[in-house]
Amino acid sequence: MIYMETCRVEDNRGVGGEYRILVLRSEQIAGSVLPGQFVHVRIPRRNDLVLRRPFSVFRVRNGCMEIFYKVVGAGTRVLAETRRHAALSVLGPLGRAFPDADPDAEPVLVAGGYGAAALYMVAEACRRRGTVLLGGASAGDILLGTEFESLGWRVEVATEDGSLGLKGRVTDLLDALIARRPGEHFEFFACGPEGMLRAVARRAMQKGVRAWLSFDRRMGCGVGACLACVLDVRDEGGRRRRVRVCREGPVFEAGTVVWEEDPGND
Amino acid sequence: MTEIGAERRAAGRKEPDLSTDIGGIRMKNPVMVASGTFGFGPEYADLVEPDRLGGVIVKGISLDPAAGNEPPRLVEVPCGLINSIGLQNPGVEYFVREYMPFLRDCGTTVIVNIWGRSIEEYRLVAIRLSEAGGVDGLELNLSCPNIREGGAAFGTDARLLRQVVTEVRASTDLPLIVKLSPNVPDIGELAVICEQAGADAVSLINTLPAMAVDVETRRPRLGNISGGLSGPAIHPVAVKMVWEATRACALPVIGVGGVSSLADALEFFIVGARAVAVGTATFSNPRCALEIVDGLREYLAGHGLAGMDDLIGTLET
Repeated sequence: MIYMETCRVEDNRGVGGEYRILVLRSEQIAGSVLPGQFVHVRIPRRNDLVLRRPFSVFRVRNGCMEIFYKVVGAGTRVLAETRRHAALSVLGPLGRAFPDADPDAEPVLVAGGYGAAALYMVAEACRRRGTVLLGGASAGDILLGTEFESLGWRVEVATEDGSLGLKGRVTDLLDALIARRPGEHFEFFACGPEGMLRAVARRAMQKGVRAWLSFDRRMGCGVGACLACVLDVRDEGGRRRRVRVCREGPVFEAGTVVWEEDPGND
Repeated sequence: MTEIGAERRAAGRKEPDLSTDIGGIRMKNPVMVASGTFGFGPEYADLVEPDRLGGVIVKGISLDPAAGNEPPRLVEVPCGLINSIGLQNPGVEYFVREYMPFLRDCGTTVIVNIWGRSIEEYRLVAIRLSEAGGVDGLELNLSCPNIREGGAAFGTDARLLRQVVTEVRASTDLPLIVKLSPNVPDIGELAVICEQAGADAVSLINTLPAMAVDVETRRPRLGNISGGLSGPAIHPVAVKMVWEATRACALPVIGVGGVSSLADALEFFIVGARAVAVGTATFSNPRCALEIVDGLREYLAGHGLAGMDDLIGTLET
């Protein structure tokens, strides 16, 4: 069931750099959202911004859902200025959730930047604790490390500028993990830029690991009506199908995604 | 006591009649949802009671499945958005099999937007939908800027327009609405051609050709380079064109283009539209069309108007 709910802003705080957490009082959506699902938020006070903005739900606590977001454009700038007690129109929960983790596999969460927020509920829901790999351009883009640790996950960090953890990419951490534990039965859950998802998918397919990828595409309606956010996948019969990230996704199994060009050696 | 008072007032004042007629299509109210913004019917089922809408205009259906354009397919611009979806759809057979059962039972008028790459394709889709049962009318898409063949090529050339409308008219008994392109020097002239060729109504406007550029990458912001502009930005353009079309021909006109409030819809009615369709606004407010229905009822009652006929075409100049 998709709801359109008017949610009161309980908190909207900066958490370093351009990153913020928006806390929304919610009955219907918070009560039913699953890990990996998203919500579509109407930008208040600005009729010139005609589209809602999609956000992963970071977590649900005390009857509120929390959205971890980065101020990147006009819409998120307005959101950042939205005060406590303001009312926001929220559509959700939208999309298909991550499936339940395979109890026989070691879960590995792979996050690029604020992709970490979309994986937090997965970390909460997994019976088995595994490893979280956090990657970003710089130390300021490594998010929620202590939160994942306090859930009992092992956290490894890579930054492209080397300001925190390994100097390199999050997929370098993934390569090292796979190399360190040959014969381990892994399952990957990933959210981040599409290049990162592609790199995770490539490794998963090489190693025969099941990998669940959460995609972010420019969206119109969020409910599957406008066909803006399409992605090409292959169905069970190997037929190429153009599906909607907002409805059939945002989570797809890596092996089903048709990548636009050969992943090469990334 | 207040209840008794309310009852007395209700008894003394007849509920305004919102029903309207579009070229033989009876509708319970004149507010529809526009093609391309409401999917194939069931997508908004959790959020919008379809039986409270005047009608649903289904996204463009073609003879064969169409994959549409490459993403990104949508970009927001001030007061609007540019899309280059490219009429992706599963083809008429799949549509009839998978979506018509929902649409037949959804309790409102069902109009299916159709398109083709040739006149023959338009004809074949029209014939198939005429046999399907449950379709109340067809909207010929002769105005989509996002496909190379067909689409707007038919809607901007007077000779082709006459030919396609004439041939589809001869192929179906369903009421026929022609959706016109705004990208023409004289919309009235094209509306007259539709009338002469046997159309039952016209709807206008489709999107305006548009483009946006990412100034950092210097690349187009749409995969298809350009697309069609919709939303509040185009509403005044649409009002002018609806006004011209209603003056030029006797066909009922459906006003489409940037309706996001009651006032926007009222403008269309006042200049002569017999119905309106809400498009882009549904994305930010899925219940926009329903809110306009409620607002329209209040407006008519508040202005002492008995029905839509007291409002439509009452522009004072």
